[in-house]
Amino acid sequence: MSAAPRRIAIFGATSRIATETARLWLARGVALVVVGRNPERLRMLTDDLGIRAGGLAEVDAMTADLADLDALPGLWNSLTERFPDLDGVLLAHGSLPDQARCEATPETMLQEIRVNALSAMSLLTVIANDFEARHRGVIGVIGSVAGDRGRRSNYVYGAAKGMLAIFLQGLRNRLHGSGVTVITLKPGFVMTPMTQDLDRDGLLWSRPERVARGIVRAFDRRRDVVYLPWFWRPVLWAIRLIPEPVFKRLSL
Amino acid sequence: MPTSWNRLPRVGHTRLDEWRDRTAPLPDTGLTLLAWGNGRSHGDVCLNDGGALLLTRGMDRLIAFDRGTGILDCESGILLDDLLRWCLPQGWMLPVVPGTRFITVGGAVANDVHGRNHRAAGSFGRHVLELDLLRSTGERLRISPQEQADLFAATIGGLGLTGLITRVRLRMIPVSSDLMLTESIRFGQLDAFWEINERLGAEWPYTMARVDCVARGRRLGRGVFVAGRHAPPQPAGTPVSRWRDRSRALPFDMPSSLINRYSVRAFNAVYYRTAPFPGRRLQHVQRHLFPLDGLRDWNRIYGRRGFYPYHCVLPHEYARDGIRTLLKRIAASTPGSFLAALKTFGDLPSPGILSFPRPGVTLALDFANRGPRTLRLLADLDDIVSAAGGALYPGKDARMSVTMFRRGFPQWERFATLVDPAFSSTFWRRMNP
Repeated sequence: MSAAPRRIAIFGATSRIATETARLWLARGVALVVVGRNPERLRMLTDDLGIRAGGLAEVDAMTADLADLDALPGLWNSLTERFPDLDGVLLAHGSLPDQARCEATPETMLQEIRVNALSAMSLLTVIANDFEARHRGVIGVIGSVAGDRGRRSNYVYGAAKGMLAIFLQGLRNRLHGSGVTVITLKPGFVMTPMTQDLDRDGLLWSRPERVARGIVRAFDRRRDVVYLPWFWRPVLWAIRLIPEPVFKRLSL
Repeated sequence: MPTSWNRLPRVGHTRLDEWRDRTAPLPDTGLTLLAWGNGRSHGDVCLNDGGALLLTRGMDRLIAFDRGTGILDCESGILLDDLLRWCLPQGWMLPVVPGTRFITVGGAVANDVHGRNHRAAGSFGRHVLELDLLRSTGERLRISPQEQADLFAATIGGLGLTGLITRVRLRMIPVSSDLMLTESIRFGQLDAFWEINERLGAEWPYTMARVDCVARGRRLGRGVFVAGRHAPPQPAGTPVSRWRDRSRALPFDMPSSLINRYSVRAFNAVYYRTAPFPGRRLQHVQRHLFPLDGLRDWNRIYGRRGFYPYHCVLPHEYARDGIRTLLKRIAASTPGSFLAALKTFGDLPSPGILSFPRPGVTLALDFANRGPRTLRLLADLDDIVSAAGGALYPGKDARMSVTMFRRGFPQWERFATLVDPAFSSTFWRRMNP
């Protein structure tokens, strides 16, 4: 029941963090199914993973638009039909929205909530039932430290990730004792294409390889909530402690 | 803020683009462009003040590998470290590696890097069979020594100025293990170096010497000569060294006052005295070829002010006198330099128009930045190098004069015609005032 997953599906696999995580898993012989929207980029990823594993790897790819919520149950069904032994998932898709555009129109705001929260929650609803019925599986979802408290600079993204975190909390509670592990992964600032327009100076920034090592470790140890890297836990603890009358004056 | 390894100069960039997709077109920003890989070159060849940097580390996929021939296609942002971890266990080795494995393949091409095996293998560019080059015209060119040979010659060692290198095809060499057979010999003064270099250079593909650059007088140029070759298959039961992931890191910037005449003198003396001599032994490739990589972020030793590297080559006919004069001048300076690296370049021609490796003897040093005092010392060294008809390495330069560059790279005008008009660097503008 506590064995490490043998076949993991990665959603949003072409992202920088997911790619690094896939390489680490592959190096230890985990079979992978990578899911993403762009077939060309998926093929570039599977070529890379295949060569790295020296031809010994089991890597399959599946193209899907994860923002199309109605198609997600069908996607999961076809995945488990092809790979009945799937016992791990990593949900790594998402986008960092332009906060100003989210403030301007409800459509943009809703679209970002859809990509960053609703898509994962729809998928999780199907996956959770499936894993629960089989009494096994590890579910890892990439959230964000931004979901721990709303800030003016990215509260739409933060609200989506915060909703996702509470959803995962409940799911973990529900699945406790069923043999299914639910892991909330909360990276801080990571140097990836998603954050390239931010000012990335300072000690708080980390490389995607480091975050990937943390994800693999969290799966091994079946942790509940993981901050990546670890120092974000005390940082966010302190940020949550600031009283709202003070916090609202801060420009964060 | 992207910097170069020696943290000099510090410049601001207007825009940074994470570059992950080799099929994507170049951004149309109106700014000049330059690729920035892992920031391990020194000085300003990887900087573009006021312009845009294309951060290529995320473009790091393997594309194809032919196990029969050892021909590898990969994206340009992959680290040599990644490649070695992957290829060594399968019996393949990169044909040429510099003193650090934390550089990208694109950087290895753009600086036409060299290693300890230059006599046997030549520069990195000699093993590059083909490149994909993205030009600002939107063209995606496939260039090689056969196709668009001029542009290929400009791109090898071309400091990233001919366009964005997206794919590199290179030939790996087969090895029977990840171990090297090594030998190190101490020499008491410079004349002994030349004798050992002559003798061992003929037998060992990988050779170099570390020279105590504080020693003077009778001891001038004393040091340790290290030679290596890939080990043959080892009998079962041989204690095998493994790839070690554990490396120490300097967690913060050291105060720059830590580099002073006493610490430098002590370091040089201790290194010379504790060097393993004489002796043959088996060492992992990682330990033998990349000793400095064992201390991550070692550039922090030099503090916030950074350091000036100095890497020159002198033609053979003036090398003995020239190296002696350089070492004398360095020994007379304070605080001086930690170890100098001294080695011979062989006669295999480098393929790049701006390639640094050329027949001769090469000396590499690092000097803590002490402002005008350090610059005066380097200007003196320049005079010695110029008088010997030598050249400085652009990939390790933050201050060479335009004259020095043009003398060292006499084909610079031909190179300039092949530069992509949208690409530029702080170094290139400095050399074309």
